[in-house]
Amino acid sequence: MRIPCPLCGPRDRREFYYYGAEDYLNRPAPDAPPEAWDNYLHLRDNPAGITRDLWYHETGCASWLLITRNTVTHEIRDVVLVADRTVPKPAPRQRAAT
Amino acid sequence: MRYSGLKVITEGVFGNTGWRPAWRDPAPKPEYDTIIIGGGGHGLATAYYLAKNHGLTNIAVLEKGWIGSGNIGRNTTIVRANYFLPGNSEFYSHSLKLWEGMEAELNYNVMHSQRGLINLFHSDGQRDAFVRRGNAMINQGDDAILLDREGVREHLPYLDFEQTRFPIYGGLLHPRGGSARHDAVAWGYARGADRRGVDLIQNCEVTGIEIEGGRVTGVQTTRGAIRARKVGIIVAGRSGQVAAMAGMRLPIESHILQAFVTEGLKPVINHVVSFGMGHFYISQSDKGGLVFGGDLDFYASYASRGNLPMVEHVMEAGMTLMPMIGRAKVLRSWGGIMDMTPDGSPIIDRTHIDGLFIDCGWNYGGFKAVPASGWCMAHLMATGQPHEVARRFRLDRFATGHLLDEEGTGSQHNLH
Repeated sequence: MRIPCPLCGPRDRREFYYYGAEDYLNRPAPDAPPEAWDNYLHLRDNPAGITRDLWYHETGCASWLLITRNTVTHEIRDVVLVADRTVPKPAPRQRAAT
Repeated sequence: MRYSGLKVITEGVFGNTGWRPAWRDPAPKPEYDTIIIGGGGHGLATAYYLAKNHGLTNIAVLEKGWIGSGNIGRNTTIVRANYFLPGNSEFYSHSLKLWEGMEAELNYNVMHSQRGLINLFHSDGQRDAFVRRGNAMINQGDDAILLDREGVREHLPYLDFEQTRFPIYGGLLHPRGGSARHDAVAWGYARGADRRGVDLIQNCEVTGIEIEGGRVTGVQTTRGAIRARKVGIIVAGRSGQVAAMAGMRLPIESHILQAFVTEGLKPVINHVVSFGMGHFYISQSDKGGLVFGGDLDFYASYASRGNLPMVEHVMEAGMTLMPMIGRAKVLRSWGGIMDMTPDGSPIIDRTHIDGLFIDCGWNYGGFKAVPASGWCMAHLMATGQPHEVARRFRLDRFATGHLLDEEGTGSQHNLH
């Protein structure tokens, strides 16, 4: 499996670290109910087919990548930088009052 | 038909014309009391114990392929009870006892061979951890013997004791550990369940789960709708898709785990040997092939095949530990779909839908659990109460924080 990094071009899979489903980008607000945190940390759609997940180009440009790929065929459809992703980012976290 | 040595001899004399199929091939009825989705080891064992322990026989096992076509027919067949945490320890201990009685119980030769399992350690710290694990196993009533370097050499003289990267300090021997013939376990439970009246329905894929007013009422399949008051989802790597039919998301991510087998060789490896530092374990099948594997490829996948970096890593680890296998030719490799939970322990629980139960999350260790998983899932489905030895395998333990993190690496999807 080769992953086309937007900055480095196609690179060997061994350069990348897999983190998990895109869900990890959707961090709940600090005061969200426990169910939201369970959903964020543990529960997964786990699709057989197209998925979007987070990879880290560990021994390359050290970018976090959002990869759209097929879990059944290992085909990679699309790779974008997490920094460039088009979906709205969650609201900025509020610092807890001290 | 009861199998016996006499039967084999008689059939041999009369041209083997008297053998009959080991189970029926029934058409699905419109309604059952209980439906088990998934005709793998765990599903078949559940059906068998529902019939045997709880007297329920109006049961269908629905299998989308054929019996034994999933992970039960492609794994590295290790049977052991060397767990540490309360919750896991008593469960796997119970499972090993069921393994020891399985052949007599099922009148089926599953080739269960208690050849001993040795976990190697390579540092003082790792030895301390293994002493603690061994004591936990003994406290549970199972067996564990600590071997020093010379003790390991006595059992495994072919290891490379001179290598400097992971010098062998010793090993924890679990004499009752071993292996079994994986297909035979599926066939034995299938035959046992069928003989007690369970309908095993193959080539019948579940496409929907019917729920009315928070209660399960049946399933849709490629062979028509089937009604039932109780449904058990026991589908391993496919748990995510089947649970989604009931509107559920699970704490599971399916990953790929590769394994390898060589050409048949004369007996050379008598034990199951695990080399944790190198992510490598090996045993030799009764047919002579070396069966070995390593760690996950570590990305979510349903491809049933892995990538080359892990192949290379496993081969390197094997050569580091036992250079003598270098000339053996690898016949084939394959990848199983593992239902990985965040803490690496399984789930046997009811769901929020009345009558719908789930048995999943076996990670890369489901084979040894087959009998106890079936035993406990049957107990749960029949009585509505979790079995004593499986009471901590709860679906909600991630939300409540009652984790069973045997490896101690943390509760996160990419860590186990």
